[in-house]
Amino acid sequence: MRDRCLIVALVLVAVLVSIVPAGAQTYRAPRTPDGQPDLQGYWTNTTYTPLQRPEGITRDVFTREEAIEIMKKAAAAESEQTTPGTIADVHYDFTQFGLDRNQGGVPLNLRTSLIVDPPSGRLPALTAEGKTRAAARAEARKRMGGPWDAAQNQSFSVRCILMDRAGPPMLPGAYNNFYQIIQAPGYVMILVEMIHEPRIIPLDGRAHLPEQVRQLTGNAVGRWEGDTLVVESTNFTDQNPFAQGASERLRLIERFTRVADDRIEYRFTVDDPATWERPWSAELPMMKTDGPIFEHACHEGNRSLSNALAGARLDERRAADAARKSSQ
Amino acid sequence: MLGRFIRWVIVTFAATGALWVSTPAVSGQAPTYKAPRTADGRPNLGGIWQAISEAYWDVEPHAAAMGPIPALGAAGAIPPGLGIVEGGRLPYLPGAAEQKRKNAENRVMLDPEVKCYLPGTPRAMYMPYPFQIIQTPKYIMIVFTFARAVRTVYMDEHTEAPADSWMGWSNGKWDGETLVVDTAGFNGMTWLDRAGNFHSEALKVTERFTATSPDHLLYEATLDDPKTYSRPWKISLPLYRRLERNAQLLEFRCVEFAEDIIYGHLKKQP
Repeated sequence: MRDRCLIVALVLVAVLVSIVPAGAQTYRAPRTPDGQPDLQGYWTNTTYTPLQRPEGITRDVFTREEAIEIMKKAAAAESEQTTPGTIADVHYDFTQFGLDRNQGGVPLNLRTSLIVDPPSGRLPALTAEGKTRAAARAEARKRMGGPWDAAQNQSFSVRCILMDRAGPPMLPGAYNNFYQIIQAPGYVMILVEMIHEPRIIPLDGRAHLPEQVRQLTGNAVGRWEGDTLVVESTNFTDQNPFAQGASERLRLIERFTRVADDRIEYRFTVDDPATWERPWSAELPMMKTDGPIFEHACHEGNRSLSNALAGARLDERRAADAARKSSQ
Repeated sequence: MLGRFIRWVIVTFAATGALWVSTPAVSGQAPTYKAPRTADGRPNLGGIWQAISEAYWDVEPHAAAMGPIPALGAAGAIPPGLGIVEGGRLPYLPGAAEQKRKNAENRVMLDPEVKCYLPGTPRAMYMPYPFQIIQTPKYIMIVFTFARAVRTVYMDEHTEAPADSWMGWSNGKWDGETLVVDTAGFNGMTWLDRAGNFHSEALKVTERFTATSPDHLLYEATLDDPKTYSRPWKISLPLYRRLERNAQLLEFRCVEFAEDIIYGHLKKQP
């Protein structure tokens, strides 16, 4: 455990990069042969900063000392949750597999939330339609029965259909927060490590897909605005698993700006007037890291889902046997 | 109207011409076509491609047959095909030939495609879905419609496979007009087609991609797997560019289609 803390501390020192709200930018990104700003490489957006500002915090940034202290605590908690003998340890020992965030290095982020707009750092209020939809969804889930009655009653993440953090928008989770970007004339491609999600973004000014074609990850088209790659996605289904409850009218704008050799500023705006009273935006850095990215064959190795369903059926049989015996 | 007719004539003749160019290449002659170049001077193989072949049913030559789901009638029948195997037959070792027969008998239960598993290499290359090649000097990515599978071909960071995988670990190099890709590090759980043709984790695939016209690639692959076959053997077939305006890969997130097959027996009984 002591060793672990030492490693955590060393990693923190090694990646002590201050992330502060974007100021004046004088950096000019290198260019690809066809003149695009060059975003290529391996990147990570791993962070301990929550999407929404925690209750009770009123500032939008911490001091450097506060942020370091918070990160140390978060890193220690992350390693501790897999201490042998604890319940968490029965699940996975993330540290053993190199999956803990602090093992890959977490950049210091002074922000108190990833959401930068509204200024509260929190999601805007739901519209009346958004509330009605959320209630209807909860009702529909209840009608499906218990969470382990069938595979389909589980979330897209548990079923390995799409992790809610793979995006878009691409939000960091507990592990697998790695991305590889390559650029060929006419295309930017982002390989999202989480659930091996390839995002092919055409830059030729084409229109979005016909409105009948709805996809979980929407349909992305990109363009350059100066040095910023702007990716606009529409054609989402009404089940976009990035969890905040958006409707199929969601319009997502992502902006990628390389602000240093080792950093891309990633900002996204969620615009869905059918769900929220106003658009909201979040911002987080993508830091340069090492490759390669391995194949994440989630569905193929999904023993957990089979085992959990089998366990639920076993519980039912045991309960039925017990009921039969007690009635005899 | 006349303009449209003339365009049709030109397009038709162009397509026919391209077939004439590609046909001799498929039969093994040296290609004479030179592809447009990328910024680093390599043949540009980028684009959206698709096999037009019945090999996804059976890489060996086969006659039409009743499909595995009789309820689908003629719509589910197996279309006949001449196959893509040089010499027409896979050189199975005796035990492997027996395994192939068992696979074929139980293919609805055993075929990884039915379960929406990553299809492996080379099977992904001739499934009936488009795939896209995105080419850069250091990495060539091949993104498939089926299961959103991805292959990364490392052009200069050649390493052994760091871990076993479904799609394999690919190192690439240029041989003149041809992209040569060596792939190994398989987990041995993928098949070659719906007929139960298979390989082991010892498989090594050497692929050759050669442009034979603006809209055709010649795809060749040699499969070497001493645990399964008595000698290396070869497949070849043309790949066709998807020419539709606005051609693009769409989501085929097939897990949802396979859940009842995989987990249905574990559902709560009413």
